[in-house]
Amino acid sequence: MTGALTAYRWELRKLVAQKRTYLGLAAAVGVPLLFVLVLVLSDGSPDGIPFGAEVRRSGLAVPLVILLFGSIWLFPLIVSLVAGDVVATEDGHGTLKTILTRSLDRTPIFAAKAMASATYAVLALVLMALAAGAAGILAFGLEPLPSLSGAPVPAPRALVLTVLVLGVYLMPLLAVAAIALLLSTATRNSAAAVVATLMGSLIMQLLGIFSSLEPIQPYLLTTQFSAWLGLVREPMDWAPVARAAWVCALYALPALAAGLVVFLRRDVAGG
Amino acid sequence: MSTAPHPGAPAAPGAAAARRGAPATASRPASHPSKATDRALPIEARGLVKRYGEIIAVDHVDLTVEAGDVYGFLGPNGAGKTTTLRMLLGLIRPSEGSVRLFGRDPIADGIQALEGVAGFVEAPRFYPYLTGQKNLELLAAYDGGGAATRIEEALETVGLTARRRHRVGGYSHGMKQRLGIAAALIRRPRLLLLDEPATGLDPGGMRDMRALVRRLADEGMTVLLSSHLLTEVEELCNRVAIVRAGAVVHEGMLIDLLAAAAGGYRLETTDDEVALGLARAHAGVSDADTGPGGLTLRAEREAVAELTLELAAHGVGLHALTPSRPGLEELFLRLTESP
Repeated sequence: MTGALTAYRWELRKLVAQKRTYLGLAAAVGVPLLFVLVLVLSDGSPDGIPFGAEVRRSGLAVPLVILLFGSIWLFPLIVSLVAGDVVATEDGHGTLKTILTRSLDRTPIFAAKAMASATYAVLALVLMALAAGAAGILAFGLEPLPSLSGAPVPAPRALVLTVLVLGVYLMPLLAVAAIALLLSTATRNSAAAVVATLMGSLIMQLLGIFSSLEPIQPYLLTTQFSAWLGLVREPMDWAPVARAAWVCALYALPALAAGLVVFLRRDVAGG
Repeated sequence: MSTAPHPGAPAAPGAAAARRGAPATASRPASHPSKATDRALPIEARGLVKRYGEIIAVDHVDLTVEAGDVYGFLGPNGAGKTTTLRMLLGLIRPSEGSVRLFGRDPIADGIQALEGVAGFVEAPRFYPYLTGQKNLELLAAYDGGGAATRIEEALETVGLTARRRHRVGGYSHGMKQRLGIAAALIRRPRLLLLDEPATGLDPGGMRDMRALVRRLADEGMTVLLSSHLLTEVEELCNRVAIVRAGAVVHEGMLIDLLAAAAGGYRLETTDDEVALGLARAHAGVSDADTGPGGLTLRAEREAVAELTLELAAHGVGLHALTPSRPGLEELFLRLTESP
């Protein structure tokens, strides 16, 4: 465990030292700011999605709307930019052979990369929520948030609820990161891993819109990005959250296990 | 590069003694992990094979590197040297055969087998967006065991102290090679594996690299040196393995290889044609021929002495008689290019 923590600290330092790290974070902050700016400069509201009509009534609705929009491509892209790159780029640049010939086993090194990818996902999500919340409150005020059942949720409780929502939203996001990490390890190619992760996400989104595929839709990873909607009902509906937990685990854990097996057994012939 | 003792220098110069003919395990530092591994050979590879589909990159390679050896690993491009080194370091799995580093298997025992082992395969690679110092700190953190305390000395040894705070992305090729050596030294290795350490260096850099390797060897480190630079190998190594198409075509003491190829002579005479006829007819003389430099032949010492007397008896004067000893390069080409 000590070895994994040591490697994890250095994975974070490496992320901090790389410019591309900030690209995803800038998107996580920039998209909600842009969204609020457009709202301020125009009259309309996003229609047809939960909380779309509420964004002008309470700034607290802004992060929730961004979460729904972001599940299509924004967050999978941000997360896979790092998780899809974290092993492949080291393989391509030859630094993998450098660290694999030191006194740290492959398992803690892989664990550290998985933890760093997860940390990045959390950071991106938190930054988005802070930016969206701050911009939304500045533009539209800290007003009670109408729940999906119609009852107003007082602002302090809505803030706590937002934190819970982020926690639930994080589950599919971490599953996406695990899949990207597996692809990064298996393909040894950053671009392939990022694109394949996004394609997988988009295909699942596509499957989610066919009514004939309704029986499988609850088990699609992308469906779990909406599980948090159960929390903003009165009373709260925990069933989609519980399902999201095990469905996401079903995607993430095999991906992580497969990634680890590939990482442990792979020949490091590059660089 | 500085001439300060390197940070991983073992206490006793056992290697130099071993290369001079002392028992291979005569003298080792007291801080080694176990007696069992102390007695084991630094490198023992048996029947090493690596296949990529139909292609056999390494074909039943046996290597024995004893403590104190500076072992030259030679072969043309694509001969399987780097693949072999990767298998030695546990980076790739052999298709067949076994590797032991100080008695431990890099695949079965993992990084424990790399205890006391350091080096690099192909060019050393570092994180370009981190400074040289930070790269070493990262590797020292992965190594643990006080490796971080040896960074300063390692940088001093390879002459990179002044550039330690510069990003590696801005380093020259030679500086990266030297940083690779520094990264190896902070592990306090007993066995150093270097893959073409002087490749791409300017003449001064090559000289410095050779001096550093020689010093490390003199201080007791066992070195496996993969190199294309035959003069470098001839100057530094006591034992060599020459590989061709994945297989070892010669393995043994360098001095024996050179001696076995000795026995050639070049003669400048007053009449090369007559001398050639006499040489060809003389017992114990072979491969006699004439060329721009005179007469060349192969013979035992006694046979050459008798031939000179016979030449004199036939009125052929001798301007020069020179033993011709083929260099490593000639032997290398003979072993790797002959059909």
